[in-house]
Amino acid sequence: MLRSRILLSLGLVVCAGILTLCLLASVRFGAAKIGTWDVISAFTSYDGSEDDLIIRTLRVPRALVAGLVGAALAVAGAIIQGLTRNPLADPGILGIEAGAALAVVGSVFLLGASSLTTYALFAFVGGALAAVVVYALGTLGGGMNPMKLVVAGAAMAALLSSLTTAVLILNQRTLEEIRFWLAGSVAGRDLSLLLQVLPYLGAGLLLAFVLGRQITTLTLGEDVATGLGQRTGWVKAGSAVAVVLLAGSAVAIAGPIGFVGLVIPHVARFFVGVDYRWILPYSALLGAVLLVAADIAARVVLRPQELPVGVMTALVGAPFFIYLARKRVKG
Amino acid sequence: MRGRVPIRPWGGRVSFRLDPRAVVVFVALGAVAFAGVVANVGYGEYPIPPLDVVKTLLGIETGDAQYGFIVETLRLPRALVAVLVGAALAVSGAILQGLTRNDLAAPDIVGVNAGAGLVAVSMIVAFPSVPATYLPPAAFGGGLFVALLLYLLAWRGSSSPMRLILIGVGISAVATALTTVMITFGDIYQVSQALVWLTGSVYGRSWEQIWPLLPWLVVFLPLAFLKARHLNALNLGDEVARGLGARVELERGLLLVASVALAASAVATAGTIGFVGFMAPHIARRLVGPSHGGLLPVSAITGGAMVVLADFVGRTVFAPLEIPCGIVTSAVGAPFFLYLLYRSRKT
Repeated sequence: MLRSRILLSLGLVVCAGILTLCLLASVRFGAAKIGTWDVISAFTSYDGSEDDLIIRTLRVPRALVAGLVGAALAVAGAIIQGLTRNPLADPGILGIEAGAALAVVGSVFLLGASSLTTYALFAFVGGALAAVVVYALGTLGGGMNPMKLVVAGAAMAALLSSLTTAVLILNQRTLEEIRFWLAGSVAGRDLSLLLQVLPYLGAGLLLAFVLGRQITTLTLGEDVATGLGQRTGWVKAGSAVAVVLLAGSAVAIAGPIGFVGLVIPHVARFFVGVDYRWILPYSALLGAVLLVAADIAARVVLRPQELPVGVMTALVGAPFFIYLARKRVKG
Repeated sequence: MRGRVPIRPWGGRVSFRLDPRAVVVFVALGAVAFAGVVANVGYGEYPIPPLDVVKTLLGIETGDAQYGFIVETLRLPRALVAVLVGAALAVSGAILQGLTRNDLAAPDIVGVNAGAGLVAVSMIVAFPSVPATYLPPAAFGGGLFVALLLYLLAWRGSSSPMRLILIGVGISAVATALTTVMITFGDIYQVSQALVWLTGSVYGRSWEQIWPLLPWLVVFLPLAFLKARHLNALNLGDEVARGLGARVELERGLLLVASVALAASAVATAGTIGFVGFMAPHIARRLVGPSHGGLLPVSAITGGAMVVLADFVGRTVFAPLEIPCGIVTSAVGAPFFLYLLYRSRKT
């Protein structure tokens, strides 16, 4: 475990370096064979050739989207795990992503929404509603224990996604527009889409980093936090807003992608310990690395076919989930 | 036991107890299921009055030469598949709940269905010309593999009910992701066929699908009913069961195989119809109590009625569009699951 501040900062720089490499690899590898020098020349001497266009309009936005979505999901997962003191929590597993997805599909179906800004708004509302329900299940009437809460979240995700399927079947047009999105994918998003969601995503990340210290205190238990003079209500509300902003904008742009928010905080905690001031930035960088790498794998494994990146993260994350359930759930 | 009538045919060489209440409930639910079948067969582009449906089913002349073909070739197989699949899933769930002493277990919730579906979809994508007969055994292999995995990872040496379900959730996620991989891999016609396995639908099922399903039900449903006594014993815990003279490992193995076989053959026929295996045993338990002798048959008929009614609802609510019955059952079953989970939050 890295202890001193210098080492921790150095670790962040290393993570950023790995992320840069992954982003470059993501731009370099794809269906069309483009050499490394052509990639560089697409930036240094742009001449409008086909390769340059592919690089600039398809690959670069895709890599950036993957990185940002991965960061958002990982930070959201880290906050949820800290807040609920539940190692198995994740915006996907607790049904928050499924709620956001249902709201987006519903908005397309009922209101004919088509702009990403509208998607994002509905994703926030849907995600927030799902989060409120899960929170209510976890606290009202004495509350469920954390493990039951995870099971409840899984059942809710099943319910919400079956309703989403129902909406899609009722409206074939919606299905065509949205099917690949629903499996969780970062393909075909251009930069202007990313810019529409960026303000929300940025606000979420900023809020999360600001709250890092308070979240660390809160993980010691609510009584301790109150005793230390923290106004726990505000911290919780702020964290919840951050989670909804992050998970909602991630879903709006890339569809529901599971398990990033589960795995990455554990990896981050393994390196930096229990301090959320460090866990959150590490989670952001590592989450970005994971999703960019998963996206590369999704493109390369079955070439020329392409898999939704959500499938890749599930294949990595679900075994880890099983491992955690075996190790952490007792009695 | 109170109210149970012992029956000893063949000069007492075989004997079993009959719970009159279970018989009454079974008959009543059987009537519901039959009504569901009649409604389903009568409804459609070419409506047939219920009385004529019954007449056609019984082989009585109705005066319309079309009815025979429409009922027997087009619509009856679908309704029958719904009933059979529902019954199989329900009994599978009842056995699993009894064996694990876990109210929330069911083949779909612990991932057995997802494993069976994965293998069925892989078969279709890899060998497009595979006859329907080979799908149930393949699905059985997948389901059995998941069941063994669960047994190794979660069950042995631990009685934590939540852990079993959590690990099941994880296994389901892996199997579903792999199913998506197979679907992406396959070409588009097979994909639309394979998509059925992800939602659970009895759309377009014909006699071709019923014949491969039947042998599995004919073998494993009676096996489950005969083993109800042992299931009762195992439900009390391994020590008690051993004390009562049950060969614990053997009986548990047999019951588990029966449960997986029923779920897998259902999945191979109609895909993963969610929450039936979970809900039907609960409803049956409310009606006839926890003794598995009555519980298993009543679960079967409850599950059958449930799926055939869900299919009817799915066809009528948004007509002319059809909602797969798996979505209807999930929409009802998941809230029920949440309710039970919430009610048991203290333990």
